[in-house]
Amino acid sequence: MIEIAHLTKEFDNPDKTKLGVLRDISLTVEDGDIYGIIGMSGAGKSTMLRLIGLLDTPTSGTITVEGKDLSTLAGKEKIDYYKTIGTVFQGYNLLMQKTVAQNVIFPLTLSRGYDKKAARERVAQLLELTGLIEKADVYPSQLSGGQKQRVAIARALATDPKLILCDEPTSALDSLTTQSILKLLEDINHRMGVTIIIITHEIAVVKKICNKVAVLEGGVLVDNGPIHQVLDSEMHPVTRSLFGREED
Amino acid sequence: MAEFIAEYGLIILVALKDTLVMVVLSTGFGYLLGIPLGIVAYVTDHGSISENAAVNAVAGWIINIVRSIPFIILILFLIPYTRFVMGTASGTRGVIFPLVISAAPFIARMVESSFNELDIGVIESAKAMGATNLQIIWKVLLPESFPSLLRGMAIATITIIGYIAMAGMVGGGGLGAVAINYGYYRYERPVMNVTMVLTILLVQLIQVAFNIIVRRVDKNR
Repeated sequence: MIEIAHLTKEFDNPDKTKLGVLRDISLTVEDGDIYGIIGMSGAGKSTMLRLIGLLDTPTSGTITVEGKDLSTLAGKEKIDYYKTIGTVFQGYNLLMQKTVAQNVIFPLTLSRGYDKKAARERVAQLLELTGLIEKADVYPSQLSGGQKQRVAIARALATDPKLILCDEPTSALDSLTTQSILKLLEDINHRMGVTIIIITHEIAVVKKICNKVAVLEGGVLVDNGPIHQVLDSEMHPVTRSLFGREED
Repeated sequence: MAEFIAEYGLIILVALKDTLVMVVLSTGFGYLLGIPLGIVAYVTDHGSISENAAVNAVAGWIINIVRSIPFIILILFLIPYTRFVMGTASGTRGVIFPLVISAAPFIARMVESSFNELDIGVIESAKAMGATNLQIIWKVLLPESFPSLLRGMAIATITIIGYIAMAGMVGGGGLGAVAINYGYYRYERPVMNVTMVLTILLVQLIQVAFNIIVRRVDKNR
């Protein structure tokens, strides 16, 4: 469970970062959720994911994961925390000089004295799960966008994380590929019980796989909760336009 | 022709060997110093994995100061230090020390720019997986920029060949010294021509060899 309380993030140099600010955000992510965080660009979505992923620290407020306040983690604890989460990026961020299998095994090789045999078995399993078994020895430059994202997802799962953070995972993909990637994420959530937080600007993504949604606008949380509940409520104009646009 | 070979053949061959030895040793030692310096410059840069303005400034100064001294002046300036380190300030041995000192900062900049070609997202994602800074350098930065580092190495090696020829002016050995001492001071035009052709061939050979290696090594094409 992730509890976010009064989370605020300001930047000393807002022009440089291009990241949106956050103002007093509170929300709870339960185990097994697929939580969608949606908003226009600059709404603060990426900032939020960076804070949860401990790539940045909040100005004020707390993020508590499994009872641990992230701001108290340092050194080894921080590294250990990183290993309990997987992250999937819009730009895939694969190692281009390494094969698919080497990319997937990479997070495991970061732990000293890892079990090589177990790691290889794990990689085979993950390649099977993501439909990449024939691509094991291929380099990423020879893969399509959808296949690259599958590699990134397999890699994110390598350390058997409880939580996967997805930063616009389908924004660079066509709609058909988007469907298959979302299906894969949904599968992972159902079968392995992995909690997923997914930030996106596409309402289709939220509708397709999320059970909860948080709508950000200018760094403020304007709507939040289970999807049907948000849809039934009197939605904030931004939420309405986001959900409405799809039906046009 | 036979006369020319009898008179200069051995001199030119020895000079070629000397040039090759100097290229290999000074490029090698240049990289031994240049890679760590390039890594320091890169990782301490603003927004990088180990941001440190003071260290970054010092690394930048070292690189810029040495790079701004013309090589021929640097050789002369370094003579007492060269004597101390190498035991002599002339010949093949005497040239290697100033070559390394001159090449290292240049190499550091090339290394740094190879690192800068990398997508910062890849480095950030390694961090998000729990990679330590050392792991990022060793497992991401160096292997991912390896083809680019090799491309830079071709440029560095060829630049060093030019420097070696220059060192021939002030008592260094190699093809440059032969061109100057025989071709220029003694008006032996054929010697000048042969050393010129050999230098051109050497540079071409190095560039072609590196191109072939990079093509085999680079998986991101």
